[in-house]
Amino acid sequence: MKKVCTNKLTDEKFKALDEFIDKLSYKDGALITVLHKAQEIFGYLPVEVQLHVAQKLDMPAAKVNGVVTFYSYFSETPKGEHVISVCLGTACFVRGAENIIKEFEKRLSIKPGQTTADGKFSIDALRCVGACGLAPVVMVDGKVYGRVKVEDVDAILKNYI
Amino acid sequence: MSKYRMHLLVCGGTGCKASDSDGIISNLEKHIKEHGLENEVQVVTTGCFGFCEKGPIVKVHPDNVFYIEVKPEDAEEIVKEHLVKGRVVNRLLYVEPTLQERVGQHKDMAFYKKQIRIALRNCGFISPEDINEYISVEGYQALGKVLTEMSPEEVIELVKKSGLRGRGGGGFPTGIKWEAARKTASEDKYIICNADEGDPGAFMDRSILEGDPHSVLEAMAIAGYATGAKEGFIYIRAEYPLAIHRLQIAITQAREFGLLGKDILGTGFDFDLDIRYGAGAFVCGEETALIHSIEGDRGEPTNKPPFPAQSGLWKKPTSVNNVETFANIPPIILKGAEWFSAIGTEKSKGTKVFALAGKVNNVGLVEVPMGITLREIIFDIGGGIKDDRKFKSVQTGGPSGGCLTEENLDTPIDYETLASIGSMMGSGGMIVMDEDDCMVNVAKFYLEFTVDESCGKCTPCRVGNKRLHEILTRITEGKGTMKDLEVLKELGEAIKDTALCGLGQTSPNPVLSTMKYFWDEYVEHVKDKKCRAGVCTSLLSYYIIAEKCIGCTACARVCPVKCIKGEVKKPHEIDQSKCIKCGACYTACKFKAIEKR
Repeated sequence: MKKVCTNKLTDEKFKALDEFIDKLSYKDGALITVLHKAQEIFGYLPVEVQLHVAQKLDMPAAKVNGVVTFYSYFSETPKGEHVISVCLGTACFVRGAENIIKEFEKRLSIKPGQTTADGKFSIDALRCVGACGLAPVVMVDGKVYGRVKVEDVDAILKNYI
Repeated sequence: MSKYRMHLLVCGGTGCKASDSDGIISNLEKHIKEHGLENEVQVVTTGCFGFCEKGPIVKVHPDNVFYIEVKPEDAEEIVKEHLVKGRVVNRLLYVEPTLQERVGQHKDMAFYKKQIRIALRNCGFISPEDINEYISVEGYQALGKVLTEMSPEEVIELVKKSGLRGRGGGGFPTGIKWEAARKTASEDKYIICNADEGDPGAFMDRSILEGDPHSVLEAMAIAGYATGAKEGFIYIRAEYPLAIHRLQIAITQAREFGLLGKDILGTGFDFDLDIRYGAGAFVCGEETALIHSIEGDRGEPTNKPPFPAQSGLWKKPTSVNNVETFANIPPIILKGAEWFSAIGTEKSKGTKVFALAGKVNNVGLVEVPMGITLREIIFDIGGGIKDDRKFKSVQTGGPSGGCLTEENLDTPIDYETLASIGSMMGSGGMIVMDEDDCMVNVAKFYLEFTVDESCGKCTPCRVGNKRLHEILTRITEGKGTMKDLEVLKELGEAIKDTALCGLGQTSPNPVLSTMKYFWDEYVEHVKDKKCRAGVCTSLLSYYIIAEKCIGCTACARVCPVKCIKGEVKKPHEIDQSKCIKCGACYTACKFKAIEKR
């Protein structure tokens, strides 16, 4: 079994999305709200999902795709099992976040925005989680690691292997 | 409601939560129960205290004792010593670096002494998840006063007289914005709270929403009454899950209490609001772009006029105000315009919250009166530069702001003075840098951000910033020319003059201001191919200091191009012609025998 199955497009997931859309009290300007929900359900926004949303909201697919690609929060590719987010906000930057993200890139041989071949890890560069007192900060699946040093990268990764 | 003799206020802001303040809370509650004190002492999860550097924070009220860097395992001692025996746990108190003394009382700490907390008044004091706590600190009284004693015109007049200006960056007078929305006739009008805090290094809006969400809801209802709007939206970044969670709780509670919805306080005034999520676009902090995003479109800005007050959300009159601006409204209504305008400078009234970060000892959120100097913020409140390094620069205003130097430290800061020295107030990010920071690289960092975040609608921003970034990259790689420096300046000015919205009009500021104040550093990069801060790796060489090298071979083993030679237990040497400057040897050496020059 491949690990990517968590991102499978099942009928139940489409049904859950439809239920959410039908329950919305407003349709004007609902696209972004619906896309947030869709990404929550599917993990990412593949073409099939975008087309489905377009039909359901009765709007051109081009508009849906335009919005999906405009906002960095929306992803058209599946994320890894563990998402490593390295804060590149200014506070983290001046405390050496650049070297931290480079170390993760080196260890995993992927660039920010990419996922490892085995589907295990993705790296995201993110702007300020607001824990500037702990800079530089790395977040893995929502868990925050503060005052990270280049030497700590291995130990962090080991928690998830 | 039962009365407690003591409250333990535990910070539940994002920063402290990341250091397991939840664990502290559950342990405190466990030990309080063990000692049978659960009816006497209450543990309250509050918003951010601001002193993030030393988090997690636990404050004992009413003793006013302030514990720092508390760990879950310290909970038992706090309960046994402080709560049971009445003895302060000395080892958890803050040590004032200048005095080398432990300071027990929160008001005696230099970090708090020069602060005046208006927008942050309730952060770290009340539980943000309980509307009763907000009501107990005069919450919703301002709304009551406005609805029962004042006409909308009087509210606008009061806000105008207070001199309150937009805290999100632009500094536009709030009262005038409301007046414009009031004067545009329309059946439907909207109030929008801009909580799309995009400046990477500013987190005051999030802290207010996490620590005191009701103050924003109350102010939005007041704005609704003043402008004639019945509906409001809070546009918040999806990256702020905790703030969203607390806002949802606050909205539900306010509706239950009849403080939002139909016929508020029986006055016949209707106002309700809803949350809309951002999706990671910095440009959506610009009000026209934000409005398009709420409408479900790409968040691209449009030309002003028409201003949102005339034609905003769904072409209806709309007033867009920032979180911190809103948080100032209830105290202004209750205490009056004179009280507020007595604080600050001639043109900038009241206080401003800054997110102090970078190479400063006390990282955190500080609220200070306008007109304070940068020196007071960085050295008195911030406790000076980390590790006793030398101060080099302070960047204010985020990607739209500029870098200031030693000579600007004594300028009293307000909207006008900051703009006149080449920076801006912005949303209040304040990043302190020391001699280890390369100013060219910092400018490049901000440009990288702008290039990433430019929406692409207008050419100066889309193409111009990309060119700026390319030139800066060349310079940091040692390939820059003096001609490049001329182009940087000329192009930067051109982008400022021609870009469509606030993002593009301010994006060259980090470059222009660093060129103005750190010209020598730019010239060094170009002419001498040198980076004095030792940051730009292409301009560096690694050397082994023979006296310090013990010949452990650690460096030679990690070198990917095998350019380090030497015998075991004898000093090694780097072959400069082969070195690719990856820095692996530098990290591997445990004896500090490798230096960058």
